[in-house]
Amino acid sequence: MASISTARAGIPTAEQILEPSPGALLRKRIFGNTGLIIGAAVLLAIVFVAVFADVISPGDPYDQVLSRKLIPPIWHESAKATWEHPLGTDALGRDYLTRLFHGARISLFIGFAAMFISGIIGTALGVLSGYFGGRVDMVVNFILTTRLSLPVVLVALAVVSLVGSSLTVIIWVLGLLIWDRFAVVMRSATQQIRNLEYVAAAQALGCSTPRIVLTEIMPNILNHLIVVATLEMAHAILLEAALSFLGLGVQPPEPSWGLMVSEAKGMMFFDSWLIGIPGAAIFALVLAINLLGDGIRDVTAPENRN
Amino acid sequence: MLAYALKRLGVALLVALTVSIIAFSMVYLPGDPAMALAPESATEADIEHIRKVYGFDRSMVVQYLDWLFHAVQGDFGQSHYLNEPVANVIFDRLPTTMLLGACAITFALLLSIPLGVIAAIRPNSLIDRIALTIAVVGQAMPSFWFALTMMLWFGITWRLLPITGTDSWKHFVMPAIALGYYVTPGVMRLTRAGMLEVLASDYIRTARAKGLRPVRVLFKHALRNAILPVVSLAAVQFGFMLGGSVVIETIFAINGLGFLAWESITRADLPMMQAIVLVLSVFYIVLTLLADLLNAFLDPRIRVT
Repeated sequence: MASISTARAGIPTAEQILEPSPGALLRKRIFGNTGLIIGAAVLLAIVFVAVFADVISPGDPYDQVLSRKLIPPIWHESAKATWEHPLGTDALGRDYLTRLFHGARISLFIGFAAMFISGIIGTALGVLSGYFGGRVDMVVNFILTTRLSLPVVLVALAVVSLVGSSLTVIIWVLGLLIWDRFAVVMRSATQQIRNLEYVAAAQALGCSTPRIVLTEIMPNILNHLIVVATLEMAHAILLEAALSFLGLGVQPPEPSWGLMVSEAKGMMFFDSWLIGIPGAAIFALVLAINLLGDGIRDVTAPENRN
Repeated sequence: MLAYALKRLGVALLVALTVSIIAFSMVYLPGDPAMALAPESATEADIEHIRKVYGFDRSMVVQYLDWLFHAVQGDFGQSHYLNEPVANVIFDRLPTTMLLGACAITFALLLSIPLGVIAAIRPNSLIDRIALTIAVVGQAMPSFWFALTMMLWFGITWRLLPITGTDSWKHFVMPAIALGYYVTPGVMRLTRAGMLEVLASDYIRTARAKGLRPVRVLFKHALRNAILPVVSLAAVQFGFMLGGSVVIETIFAINGLGFLAWESITRADLPMMQAIVLVLSVFYIVLTLLADLLNAFLDPRIRVT
């Protein structure tokens, strides 16, 4: 084919006649989506910081030196500001930049783990109810309604305080509470697909139900799953920050961003950067994840943008 | 309609019953509640005494039924910490939280519905972009940080608003914004999507072709149809918000149900915790029930399914 099109000059080549390949279109959509690129870049930067926190941090996150407490960050017009502590130090003299870097680990880890647990629960319930319908759908709907009527923050606070706070407890409590959006979205996505011809064809061929769900349904609802996963990871990070802020999440001396805001609360009227920096970090991380999720949705299903 | 309403009511009751089991058994998660109540110096005999006094020595099922039997009559037992009937304390604090919630949802709707409508009239315009930015930023802002930042600027730097308490309407401005802004993205997106869909429909074209004034088409014909899902979302979000008020009330020292919840959690006041979780859940169940019934009343298609 190619030899024919290159045989005579003046005639367009095959590449010019053919439409751009699906891959090329996808790449164009990805790189044309500013939000997606910004979100991915910021998230990658934060992941990098979290992974290499030990290497790139200027100090130790737990190292308290009271003689150097409450040093303001370098943009502050104060003689005390020093490049030794670019973001200053907290009330116990711990380097703020170091704590910020290590805090990224906690946020990302809790966010990802809680999202993972809730994703498994929600996807299983949603796909089951969407695929089987009828009684199964009724039962799942009932569980979902019950879950939605429980106040998340309150139940999470109560359970964490009763059981005792630890990373594992926070992850499980959040994971068991925030699967609702997974279930809702996976259910409607499965409902749309289960009556299509290729599912009927697989049924006619005698494929087992688990096989149909895993090889016919799941790959086709994967993009929805990824979008919800990003939103729920952001949700889990915000909830962890709120729990830690209220003193019932990550416990001192761990450098959780929510806890850092909480610890600085009493001094915020004098040293406002103490709450500004960790708060901005949570905001940036959650914003990046949300932008990434919205971007993925726009790129994989541009027809549902509104 | 009646058949649908009865079926929906039955489901709501069943959900409420399930929630009551969860709210009740939640406090037994760590094991023995008597151990949690006892001071550190308590002997085995003291703990046994506590077990007897509070009835923890009975079986879980008996305790639950006893609690439920009294709860439906409005008796949630005695607060371990305040030594007052739980119900009295809750109904003392509830109006403050309701007022805060009402202010917050009003703020959210006043901001998000106009923005959503304008964004739908001129898609991809500057205002649409601004509305989208507000939505994206709003969803990413941790509410406690937003509240503290507002406190710092409006309360301390510019001295415009009081930072804590509930003495005047001014005290409710910042808490209402902090609580309500989280609702705005969802409401705005739903308004925008609904308006876009309605504005593209045939009857709007007909209304325009008849020569009706654009304002009339927009508000009388389009918005009235697009607002319906927004109303049910607002009802649902109001329920969510009361649960979320725990953070905001703690920050602004507002003596409502959220603050009470936080106090009772930190003091391990078990009957209070059970009651607050149950009351907020039932409130949410009632709100969604009313929203569903309203929708079914206005849109007959829903009743059939």
